[in-house]
Amino acid sequence: MISKDISELDISLLLEAIFQKYGYDFRQYSQAHIRRRIINRMVLSGLEDISDIQSNVLNDEAFASKLFQDLSITVTEMFRDPCFYKSLRENVIPVLKTYPFIKIWHAGCSTGEEAYSMSILMQEEGLYNRTIIYATDFNQHALNKAKEGIFSNKMMKEYTANYQLSGGKESFSKYYTSNYDSVIMNQSLKKNIVWANHNLVTDSVFAEIHIILCRNVLIYFNNDLQNKVQSLFYESLINGGILCLGSKESLCFSNLSEEYSEMDKNQKIFKKKYIENEL
Amino acid sequence: MNYEAIVIGVSSGGLNALKFLFSYLPENFRIPVIIVQHINRHSDSNWIKILNNLNSIHIKEADEKETIEPGKVYIAPPNYHLMIENDRTFSLTIDELVNFARPSIDVLFESAAEVYNNKLIGIVLTGSNSDGTKGLKRIKNHGGLTIAQDPATAESPQMPASAIASIQVDHILSLGGIKDLLIKIAGDID
Ligand SMILES: C[S@@+](CC[C@H](N)C(=O)[O-])C[C@H]1O[C@@H](n2cnc3c(N)ncnc32)[C@H](O)[C@@H]1O
Repeated sequence: MISKDISELDISLLLEAIFQKYGYDFRQYSQAHIRRRIINRMVLSGLEDISDIQSNVLNDEAFASKLFQDLSITVTEMFRDPCFYKSLRENVIPVLKTYPFIKIWHAGCSTGEEAYSMSILMQEEGLYNRTIIYATDFNQHALNKAKEGIFSNKMMKEYTANYQLSGGKESFSKYYTSNYDSVIMNQSLKKNIVWANHNLVTDSVFAEIHIILCRNVLIYFNNDLQNKVQSLFYESLINGGILCLGSKESLCFSNLSEEYSEMDKNQKIFKKKYIENEL
Repeated sequence: MNYEAIVIGVSSGGLNALKFLFSYLPENFRIPVIIVQHINRHSDSNWIKILNNLNSIHIKEADEKETIEPGKVYIAPPNYHLMIENDRTFSLTIDELVNFARPSIDVLFESAAEVYNNKLIGIVLTGSNSDGTKGLKRIKNHGGLTIAQDPATAESPQMPASAIASIQVDHILSLGGIKDLLIKIAGDID
């Protein structure tokens, strides 16, 4: 049983301590989210008081690493929101086809399902050989799993359905090899993916990007942090570059909403407006 | 007591129950209502339109970072957990399922209890699982008012029965009784 209420101050102090000691900055994440994950961790680890979590985090790196996993929600899927991928095929691919070379950035790629979906899509559209996919996350554990490209066989039925709904015409099973209860994604899908550890809060622009997909990551951030990360995306995108957000995310509260036009409002696909060159 | 918000959790049999409640809530009902209805992850928002047509209270899907306003009814979107922040805005998350559900009633209730404390009313309606029990307990512990639908009157009795079995809920009522109580409470405010 958790003995007493956890105040906002308790949480701020804990996040401050984590930042000072480990450099992970959760201070501008959604409070409700952080509180829920902290309480979960306390229950799982049998801690009764928030001060126990403080001292554990500071003195026990294994415990700290568990807490990071708790705070970084890595739930993801292949072809999640099939209608979104359908819209990519219909509205975005024709734009990408006009570029000689295409740089894609999956920001917050988690265990990689989204990046593999993108590889499949680009292969089917005949663009894969001129594409590079940067798939980044700040959770190294998730990235390692992404690199392996081994997923649970149990999920494949659902992913196949998602894939078909997204407009996929092939047999989905040609993209992986089954091995008992797991599947391994084809090597050819990994060829042009660069997996990298990148923290959206503390790291900066690393390339000029044609299309950024950052889905279901910004929901965990408060408004100020969302704005900060939106600036990072804006700076990274080329003129006319494309930004894709999660199905429940929007640019409405962003300072930069005026700088984008809507390509597909329902699927949260935006296009960076051309900036007039000031000569 | 000046209640600031009402949270409702409902599962199977929910559409009928909500239809009933919202056909009777008066137009000038001011306390915001926030609902988790267990629903298929791919479902569209048609059923919200149906509810909306019942009367003039504005019923909408809760948006990320939206500010909670009096006189409005919010429904958790499919496949996201809905939480409330201290500044009375919504957060959505795609954390793992809780009680086999996303959105989960417990997740909403627990975060609402932390924010509204004793200014919150929590209601568990018809459903055939036990989501909502833990959350209602949290509301009770924070001094909020707890209500369960009388299982004998529920399309699926298990969910309110589970809440009643583990918490001393303040009221066990039929839908009609719940509606009357809410109208009375809202009327007492002004
Ligand atoms: C819920 S997953 C979303 C995965 C995928 N984009 C999708 O929509 O299915 C959120 C991911 O964001 C990552 N994340 C959270 N904060 C981050 C940060 N500051 N920098 C980079 N990644 C972050 C988490 O580690 C997690 O893998």
